[in-house]
Amino acid sequence: MPYIQNSAQDQREMLERIGLDSLDQLFAPLPAAMKLDRPLDIDPGRTELELKQHLAEMASWNHPAAERPCFLGGGTYDHDWPALIDSLMGRTEFLTAYTPYQPECSQGTLQWIYEFQSMIAEICGCEIANASMYDGASAAAEAALMAIAIKRRHKVVVSAGLHPHARATLHTYLQHHGTELVEAPLVDGVTQWGDLVDGRTAAVLVQQPNYLGLIEDLDQVQSTAADHGALSVCSLYPVATGLLRSPGHAGIDVVVGDGQSLGVPMGFGGPHFGFFATRQEFVRKLPGRLVGESLDRDGRRAYTLTFATREQHIRREKATSNICTNNALIALRGCIHMAALGPQGLEEVACVSRQRALELAEVLPASNGNLQLAFPQQAFFNEVPFRAAGGEAAVRRLQQALAHGGISGVLPMAPDYPGLEGVFTLACTEKTSSSDIQALARIAAECFRTEAAL
Amino acid sequence: MNQTPVSLLFEDSRPGRRCTRTTGADRARASAGLPSGELRAAPPALPEIGELDLVRHFTRLSQRNYAISTHFYPLGSCTMKYNPQVNEAIAAAPGWSGLHPLQPEGEVQGALGLMHQLQADLAEATGLPAVTLHPAAGAHGELTALLVLRAWLQERGETARRTILIPDSAHGTNPASCTLAGFKVVTLKSGDDGLTDLDDLRAKLGDDTAGLMITNPNTLGLFEENIDQICALVHQAGGKVYMDGANFNAIVGIARPGDAGVDMMHLNLHKTFSTPHGGGGPGSGPICVTEELRPYLPTPQVVEHQEGYQLETPAKSIGRVRAYHGNFLVLVRAYAYVKRLGREGLRRVAENAVLNANYLRVELRDHWRVPYDGICMHEFVARPTKTMRDAGVHTLDVAKRLIELGFHPPTVYFPLVVNEAIMAEPTETESKETLDSYVAAMIQIAEEARRGDPVLAAAPQNTPVSRVDEARAVKDPRLCFRCG
Amino acid sequence: MRPQDRSYLDSHEWARLDGDVVTIGITDFAVEQLGELVYLELPSAGDSVSRGTSFGEVESVKAVSDVNSPVDGEVVEVNAGLGDELGPLQNTPLEDGWLIKVRVAGPDALAGLIDAAAYEELVAAQS
Repeated sequence: MPYIQNSAQDQREMLERIGLDSLDQLFAPLPAAMKLDRPLDIDPGRTELELKQHLAEMASWNHPAAERPCFLGGGTYDHDWPALIDSLMGRTEFLTAYTPYQPECSQGTLQWIYEFQSMIAEICGCEIANASMYDGASAAAEAALMAIAIKRRHKVVVSAGLHPHARATLHTYLQHHGTELVEAPLVDGVTQWGDLVDGRTAAVLVQQPNYLGLIEDLDQVQSTAADHGALSVCSLYPVATGLLRSPGHAGIDVVVGDGQSLGVPMGFGGPHFGFFATRQEFVRKLPGRLVGESLDRDGRRAYTLTFATREQHIRREKATSNICTNNALIALRGCIHMAALGPQGLEEVACVSRQRALELAEVLPASNGNLQLAFPQQAFFNEVPFRAAGGEAAVRRLQQALAHGGISGVLPMAPDYPGLEGVFTLACTEKTSSSDIQALARIAAECFRTEAAL
Repeated sequence: MNQTPVSLLFEDSRPGRRCTRTTGADRARASAGLPSGELRAAPPALPEIGELDLVRHFTRLSQRNYAISTHFYPLGSCTMKYNPQVNEAIAAAPGWSGLHPLQPEGEVQGALGLMHQLQADLAEATGLPAVTLHPAAGAHGELTALLVLRAWLQERGETARRTILIPDSAHGTNPASCTLAGFKVVTLKSGDDGLTDLDDLRAKLGDDTAGLMITNPNTLGLFEENIDQICALVHQAGGKVYMDGANFNAIVGIARPGDAGVDMMHLNLHKTFSTPHGGGGPGSGPICVTEELRPYLPTPQVVEHQEGYQLETPAKSIGRVRAYHGNFLVLVRAYAYVKRLGREGLRRVAENAVLNANYLRVELRDHWRVPYDGICMHEFVARPTKTMRDAGVHTLDVAKRLIELGFHPPTVYFPLVVNEAIMAEPTETESKETLDSYVAAMIQIAEEARRGDPVLAAAPQNTPVSRVDEARAVKDPRLCFRCG
Repeated sequence: MRPQDRSYLDSHEWARLDGDVVTIGITDFAVEQLGELVYLELPSAGDSVSRGTSFGEVESVKAVSDVNSPVDGEVVEVNAGLGDELGPLQNTPLEDGWLIKVRVAGPDALAGLIDAAAYEELVAAQS
């Protein structure tokens, strides 16, 4: 039987030692009502070869965006990563360890988590960071929960520019807390806070760049929150910090985000890793695991899990969060990737992604009168919102034309932003080439020409 | 393990050292049009390391770990079984890993089809027909299910039902998830037999009962034999039963919780279905529920239509619990695991997991105190004997001595209902020879413990570090390189 | 035998009445059960505490315990000697490791608590 080493002889010897005659007797404590009297209605087993063939066939029904020019963004980006990540991730000493509860035989895991925390803190511009969250959306929700616990207030103001999935997750997490969740609208593409933030507000959440790809004014977020004694929270696209300031440097209190852009395959949305960084003073309210430096009995530097009393296995119903398993292995990808980039590498990826987006923003409207920048007054980073003449019908046609031409792209905004009919985004990374942009422009022009001819 | 200290990347950093390069970057051009206030003067001060030294750094770190692939790892309740290598190769294929989560449904039919089939297989294995693959881990599944329960109660106008009953042997995530979902926790005490006390349950059920969370097999490794009665009592009181499926590997293919009356459960795909979660994740915690609760599941669900698979929002959905569609590449590995083993293999998983645990229990029971010494499921709890405790030996010393002898220790000091607990879960993938070598080590330690041998308090000596001062890590916190 | 000049709680706190002020601390047994203490959270002077509810927390590396108030009243003093250093609480919890002083309404504030002898029995049963 696959993966099971006990032979029939082994089983007989072990049963005899236990004092039983059959394997079935091991399950005597189970009530008859729930025992199966038939095999499960699941396929029979496969050999490894059959398995590989079966999955290869299923995979062939997919058209992976990463294998084509990919202009899709919306929080997940087609960045490159060095081959050394995959080979180091293949080290089963990383792959098949678990939570480093026993520090003496887990220094490898503990040290890379400490290095991960250090690099995330640096990118976020914060004092501390935890060992990872599930993803960017749940990290944003946990940030709101932490602010509610710290401020003992029950109102959260969230920018409509936060990823729609993160806003939905926030709503799900907060709905039974007696917390009022208020959305600050986007006006001309960026958040207008108005007078929504007040003395009852625990947290103010923004995304940088926002879901439309546009740059938000972090000073305004910080001062709006601070003026009313609320915590400011920023969900960050980490690659942008190669060029843009770290939110912590703008005085933002909590910086969270999804780490997919740091060396993680898009993977149909997961597993990615979430990150969570904040001020040292909030360490006791932080969700998730944390690694700290200490000394061993012989005075040697040693790493260990720390501040565990915040967590569910000790504090149970009073824990800062219910999180136990996190996304550590994926965070290791992020850790290796950040170290491989270094400061210059990160800056280069940020610059090239932005330069390609600038090129796209110039080429596309120039070659096609039906497509214009949707918010020409606003700055974007690597993701550009366009407006199509002809509204949603035109967006759909363009989407199909690109797919037909072997290009992934066009993320319509209207499903999440009523009023933005005809608006869609295209994202660039360092993998985007000028010829990809030319090809996209050509297909778009053709698409609208055909439409005009009809 | 590698005993030589590995310096931090930040300490090894030298200006100008490079690994990843991207050509064509022009900072001035890239900055044009960006608000000057948001631009930074210099990029984040990440370490600057050359490629070889980077590879060497992480390779050396990997050698300072115990892992399933290097050592026996009987961490109770964590199910540290072999992670099939073929699943890694499959999940890395661009046909899966290269999918963007917002690609149109027509471009991802293979992915949606895999999710649909996995849902069907999990439904069949649990006897609970409605499945969501969204939750990122077990605790996330618990939260999701509790939110489903709240929505169901809300719909029926039963807003006074706000209490969840939880046995004292439960994982800490159960009460923590209740708080997050806005429920109040009432603890049930375990009886002398280590099982849920039915009288205590009867006494605590009432008009305020929303439901019961029960781990079965429980954390003592015992099967809650009265599960059908427990379900009936909770149902009579108007509540629902949630089963924490962290230990489902003990009964997969043998029995189905849905057939005993369980209404909701989560599965830990990273445990029962063997997906690697090095360092503490990623997991995947799908929940399976009854048909009655299907309309409340999170959005989106994979539904099969004549024209293909589509993503849809259930009628009364609780909404989203995360971005996108779940930890998809974990689902791919779990799917591959199910399809490789098939119906027969899954049953063999449970049989051999339980066989191995009982073999260890019987081999060790004359040397250690085994408080619940009947047939166990996939794990069992032992503790030091009175003689050992009188000799000043604690479970922590046993764990550290095991490390010294080349074994990852079992889970220790959990469950809380047994003092000084040592909770061992061998899993089905270990050979008899490995179990025998562990037994020999535990018998050696028992002898040392009875005579209070100082070797225990001094252990471990042959590891990269000796015992770590955990109090210092809290009193003088150093949580990252620059925060000092 | 522990000091008889004060009363005790099942949850391992002690309380001593001097005039209209009750001094509250945790017992040496509680400290021993927790192990090496790393953190203490207490209210501030001027806060009110109420009988039977938690007013603070004491933590070791792997355990955390609520500290319950035996009385209703207003906190008049917090032990300044525990500001940066938990040594007194770790070593002499019944003496200079006290936690807070609370002003109470009447002389029967400690009614219903157990005496030293009863507490000894409780500890013997639990250890």
